[in-house]
Amino acid sequence: MTVPTVAREERPAPATDGDRPTVLDVRGLWKVFGQRAGRVVGTSLATLDRAELKRTTGCVAAVRDVSFSVRRGEVFVVMGLSGSGKSTLVRCLNRLIEPTAGQVLLDGEDVLGYAGKRLRELRRHRFGMVFQHFGLLPHRRVLDNVAFGLEIRGVKKADRMARAQEVLELVGLAGFEGSYPDQLSGGMQQRVGLARALAVDPEVLFFDEPFSALDPLIRREMQNEVIRLHHEVGKTMIFITHDLSEALKLGDRILIMRDGALVQMGTPDEVVGAPADDYVRDFVSDVPRSDVLTLRWIMRDATPDDPLDGPELGADTVIRDAVRTVLSAQRPVKVVRDGDLLGVVTAVEVLEVIAGAGGQS
Amino acid sequence: MVAVSAPVTRRLPSRSYITGAVLLAWIALWVFLNGRDTLPLGGAQLTPLHTRFGEGADVIDANRDSNPVFLYFVNYIRLFIDATVTSVQALISRPSFGRPVPLAGWLGVTGVATAIAYLYGNRKVAVLTAAGFVSFGLLGLWEESMDTLALTLTAVALSLAVGIPLGVWAGLSDRFNRIVTPVLDFMQTMPTFVYLAPLTLFFLIGPASATAATMIYAIPPAIRLTAHGIRQTPPATLEAAEALGVTGGQALRKVRLPLAKQTIVVGINQTIMAALSMATIAALIDAPGLGKTVLKALQTLDVGTAFNAGLAIVIMAIVLDRVTSAASRRVEIAHRTGRSGRRRLRRVETAVTAVVAVVLVYLSYTYVWAAEFPAGADVGSYVRRGADAASGWAQETLVAYTNGLKNAITYALLNPFEALLAHSPWWLVAVVAVALALLLAGVRASITAAVGCVLLVALGLWHDSMVTLATTLVATLLVMVLGVVLGVWMGRSDRVDRILRPVLDAGQTMPAFVYLVPILGLFGATRFTAIIAAVVFAAPVSVKLVAEGIRGVPHTAVEAATAGGASTWQLISKVQLPMARAGITLAASQGLIYVLSMVVVGGLVGAGALGYDVVAGFSQYQLRGKGLAAGLAIVVLGIVLDRIMRAAAARAGGSSATR
Repeated sequence: MTVPTVAREERPAPATDGDRPTVLDVRGLWKVFGQRAGRVVGTSLATLDRAELKRTTGCVAAVRDVSFSVRRGEVFVVMGLSGSGKSTLVRCLNRLIEPTAGQVLLDGEDVLGYAGKRLRELRRHRFGMVFQHFGLLPHRRVLDNVAFGLEIRGVKKADRMARAQEVLELVGLAGFEGSYPDQLSGGMQQRVGLARALAVDPEVLFFDEPFSALDPLIRREMQNEVIRLHHEVGKTMIFITHDLSEALKLGDRILIMRDGALVQMGTPDEVVGAPADDYVRDFVSDVPRSDVLTLRWIMRDATPDDPLDGPELGADTVIRDAVRTVLSAQRPVKVVRDGDLLGVVTAVEVLEVIAGAGGQS
Repeated sequence: MVAVSAPVTRRLPSRSYITGAVLLAWIALWVFLNGRDTLPLGGAQLTPLHTRFGEGADVIDANRDSNPVFLYFVNYIRLFIDATVTSVQALISRPSFGRPVPLAGWLGVTGVATAIAYLYGNRKVAVLTAAGFVSFGLLGLWEESMDTLALTLTAVALSLAVGIPLGVWAGLSDRFNRIVTPVLDFMQTMPTFVYLAPLTLFFLIGPASATAATMIYAIPPAIRLTAHGIRQTPPATLEAAEALGVTGGQALRKVRLPLAKQTIVVGINQTIMAALSMATIAALIDAPGLGKTVLKALQTLDVGTAFNAGLAIVIMAIVLDRVTSAASRRVEIAHRTGRSGRRRLRRVETAVTAVVAVVLVYLSYTYVWAAEFPAGADVGSYVRRGADAASGWAQETLVAYTNGLKNAITYALLNPFEALLAHSPWWLVAVVAVALALLLAGVRASITAAVGCVLLVALGLWHDSMVTLATTLVATLLVMVLGVVLGVWMGRSDRVDRILRPVLDAGQTMPAFVYLVPILGLFGATRFTAIIAAVVFAAPVSVKLVAEGIRGVPHTAVEAATAGGASTWQLISKVQLPMARAGITLAASQGLIYVLSMVVVGGLVGAGALGYDVVAGFSQYQLRGKGLAAGLAIVVLGIVLDRIMRAAAARAGGSSATR
């Protein structure tokens, strides 16, 4: 599957490190299911692999020592196959599942210490979540579903209806206010789910495989919708998926999980260009590299022979978008960042990547 | 696969050989020991235990107004319930407040009932309700019908007030659910008839006991279905709500309860039907209403009168069932009257309906013609005479067939069973029972069987228990024959299912009492009548369960066998029946419980044995101890049979699962 270009064009340019503050900081997070799960973390048991741990203690480590931080306005994708612990991980963040150990710092404050009213307030005001199976209330109209989060917060009826209406328009569901969820298609139901999460104006939005239950066409439409919304409302998003192309399309950064542990974390081109191990390499082998990698990955150092009067392209330009320029230029194309020359790219490098499109280079 | 199934298939025949051998040995020993140690007890004979029970009852009677438990607790409950029933009666059925008529006469009650049916159901059930209520008057049973209705409604209101909160609790708490489930199982397996006598000890004869008995019978569905509905909330929905930060109360009010509403209304429907059924049976402890009319008529074998009152009960059952069913369907639709214009229309409709109902109530309060049902329009006497004539005709004309059936079953099944069970020495039967329980259901069931046998002997009612057991087993056998034949037919054909299901549903909603009447008309008063009534009562459940089991057989298995060239008969006997074994065993155990409760009611129409002992205990003071003991014996029989059947079913289900 190719990664559509729309995405690349509409997605805000990836931020460079450090210029945006960290919103969510996760440190050493563990989730172990089973009897007396607490004894596992911090002992020699923690070093056992999953099967071994299950055999000796009967416990299952769904999330093992995962740390990462998410910056404001970023789309952070957690990717892994089923059973890799990604859904558990995201539920640990808003405490739908109680983590066994670790810290979840929201603006520097550990939310794992929250309980009762404070936890509810956190969920009501600062976190939003979109679910794979939507979780809509079948007995309420679309508008009431969207307003539900505000209703439980105690917002006055007129206010919450106005806000819900506003958000419904934002997700393109104007005109369906009075419908019931089961009268809508899957894609539209997920738009309602999205609107419900957006209505409370949260700081961080969690998406738990929101489009896995949708058919491919609708899925692509919804992915573009998320990109558009991200563009418009600029929320921090943590997005869970098992679909690599979805991860590459949406993610500013991607965290790859396997058996509960972090395998690699990086930008899409880092994941594709420099897989951390064979597992990830195998994973990304089918990805058309020219769609993901940027010029930075194929440029070579300029030699004294290279004429340097050719066209210039940014180091973050995706190869595919550069093909036309490179091939039509008679000379090496200069790869620059902030005006500095990083290297050059010629037809040779570009064609090599495209010829090896199958993956293994 | 082969390695796993081989020992199972090798073990099964050997177990059935042993079972056969036990039965053969029993028959052989019976030939020699026939008539010895059978522990018979004449109708008026008492054992010391019975006398003790009677004295115990006397003690309770004597201390009712001095013992603190009664003084500060039980008596208040009794007074409260009595007052509630009496005030509902004052409202709709009995002369009250110095008036010669109740506050609301027939026109008012019919109007209110119709309005409720219209607002919560639809136009169709409203018409049905109006027609039903008018027919009570036409049958000449207005006051009796209203008494039954008053008792039923009071019991339902109290049942729901207690049952729905408990159901919510059981739905939310696994622990409470684990505690309450066996209690409900017990309440439902206990034959309805049995707890009447003990209740009268606490609440005296009258409305309070009747209401309490009705509640015991009617509460389980309310609790169960509420809990089920609450539990059924999709986890995804609940999780989504939780992620939005709902409190526990909000999750219950805004998510769980609305989603469970339809299931709860189904529970209300079942509670109402159970209450009506029990409210008629409660006539045995002097509950007012239609049940009393039926009971008196049954005791004098007056088929016409019994039929007339039975007809009124059936009409009431149909009206209540249809209205609540329509209401449960409406729950779904009610939300969907979304447009504000429609909502306004609905409000206007409600207001107009209410005003009309109020006007009718006022008329019936003020004018005699609207208060007392016009006596001139008496259809009841025609019905009575017609039923008498029909019964007489049937008994004379169909005598060849009915006698043929009666004799065939009596001589081929009933007498051998009774001879074997009741005329063997008690210790032989006990040994056989324990051995069979061990073979079919395992060690725990065999212990239950042993304890049960000892208790029956100790209660001094061994012989009567065995007679009742024989009747029960014969009826269960017939139920299972019907159940398997009709169930397989129904499970295999959608068309048959469509035709049979409403008939079975109707059969299940009828109060138990009603069955006795037409069968009494057909067969006269014998133990056979009780058997047939029990079969008719229990068959619907069993047929449905068998059909469900057949339907549950994986489609692929049937397809594979068909592709392999199996004939229809091979398909049924080699694939569908074996694979539905768990369902069939369940059908048998449920059928047995239903049969047992009905066979006891059959004591009223000549079934004798334990049923008769219980009934006699109600009517004769010196036999009350024996009646109590007979009630206990029935409970013991029920528990033992239920446990054995359940364990056997679990074993059948387990072994079919391993294969």
